[in-house]
Amino acid sequence: MVRVFGRKRVVILGGGPGGTMVANHLARRFNGSLTGDRVEIVQITACTKHTYQPGFLFVALGDAPLEHFERDQASLLLPGIRLVVDPAESIDPQAGHVITESGAVYAYDYLIIATGSYPDPSAVPGLAQGALGFYTAEDAVRLREALGRFEKGRIVLTVDVPHKCPVAPLEMVLSLDAYFRRMGRRHDVELVYTYPINRVHSLPQVAEWAQAEFERREIRWETFFNVDRVDPEQRVVYSAEGGEYPYDLLISVPPHRGAPVVAASGLGDEQGFVPTDRYTLRGAGLENVYVVGDATNLPVSKAGSTAHYEADIVADNVAAAIAGEPALRRYDGKVFCFIEAGDDRGTYIEFSYTRPPRPAPASVMLHQFKMAYNEMYWLSARGVL
Amino acid sequence: MAVEQGKPQAALRGTNHAQLRPDKVVDARGAYCPGPLMELIKAIKAQPVGSVVEVWSSDQGSSKDIPEWVKKASHELVYVVEESGYWRIAVRKGH
Repeated sequence: MVRVFGRKRVVILGGGPGGTMVANHLARRFNGSLTGDRVEIVQITACTKHTYQPGFLFVALGDAPLEHFERDQASLLLPGIRLVVDPAESIDPQAGHVITESGAVYAYDYLIIATGSYPDPSAVPGLAQGALGFYTAEDAVRLREALGRFEKGRIVLTVDVPHKCPVAPLEMVLSLDAYFRRMGRRHDVELVYTYPINRVHSLPQVAEWAQAEFERREIRWETFFNVDRVDPEQRVVYSAEGGEYPYDLLISVPPHRGAPVVAASGLGDEQGFVPTDRYTLRGAGLENVYVVGDATNLPVSKAGSTAHYEADIVADNVAAAIAGEPALRRYDGKVFCFIEAGDDRGTYIEFSYTRPPRPAPASVMLHQFKMAYNEMYWLSARGVL
Repeated sequence: MAVEQGKPQAALRGTNHAQLRPDKVVDARGAYCPGPLMELIKAIKAQPVGSVVEVWSSDQGSSKDIPEWVKKASHELVYVVEESGYWRIAVRKGH
């Protein structure tokens, strides 16, 4: 149990994996002694629901309903954590407070920014009108409906920069191949995968594996394809490198942006991500402010596991600071990602700032482990796993 | 002292990289995924035409991958400089 001198309030912005894990980890470190007169943990979020975003892939392909991946946020928080469902509108680091949409002001001793990242199709001309996606709940449901109606033709998948979950585009195209074969319609569907750089994934080891899968499954691919614009009338997607593809169905991973509250507070870079120390996870130049998950500008994967590992570090260091002790833990860039390969097979990669990834051979067992983790995630959110 | 390496040296001709100040520096050392090239593309997209972005990469593959993309995307490779354990690669946004 952490000894506390004087009353301290920790305000956590964001109700996704990072914010929820920090809240619960902190609450565990205070061993159930959260009282308003000693330590107060306040989580401010925009939504009463908590969604497990990796589930969107399964929703889009009709393997599970959206509700399967949703819980009430309040049900995930340990006793003593105060939940405020009232979107944060601005952060004032000088004054040390946050103002919400309703006009409420929350002063903080420590602030955790875990406000995530969001696809922004409006950043590319024609993309919002011409493409479907699978990075939000609404988009995943719309894509499921479109795939259900899709009879034959060319499906083009495009990937923009930056985006969260770097393996999801691969998972989608491999799963689409399996989906149409299962439906007996694979020969009526041409699948085209595009990627911004000179291979089909940023990690050479993953790219090598995926390219062999593409060849085996007759998935066409084009590299150096950064979407410049989409013509929704003619159904053509154009790249900045001079490429173009007519399509019957366009699935895009749009460029992502940080949360509006970050930009509105002048705390973000050009895309709204908070400059962050890669080891301490402190907001650069900000007093008593930490940043977790997709909200950082760090050159690591924007993924749930990144937020998971970072949340553990930040909770320890904030608890130490509250107790007047040195904050000794450092984030080493650790990321772990399962990769769904379709056909009930899966693999995974794990890496850090200093340790490159080595994908394991895809197997049924790893797919089953991923399926099990989809259910166990709620334990991670509660700070148990 | 910086060491100018093999193939990309052509990009150094006529450019006094010691005096050129990039408009933005991206420290992508230790980045495996999404990786230095993706970080560069992200940064380039947010900058005005004509600005210079310098990316730092600890991955030797970047000294090949980045010039290849720069050529394909019709930007300009300004310099590639090998430092101790990492590379500094500067690109001018062409369009």
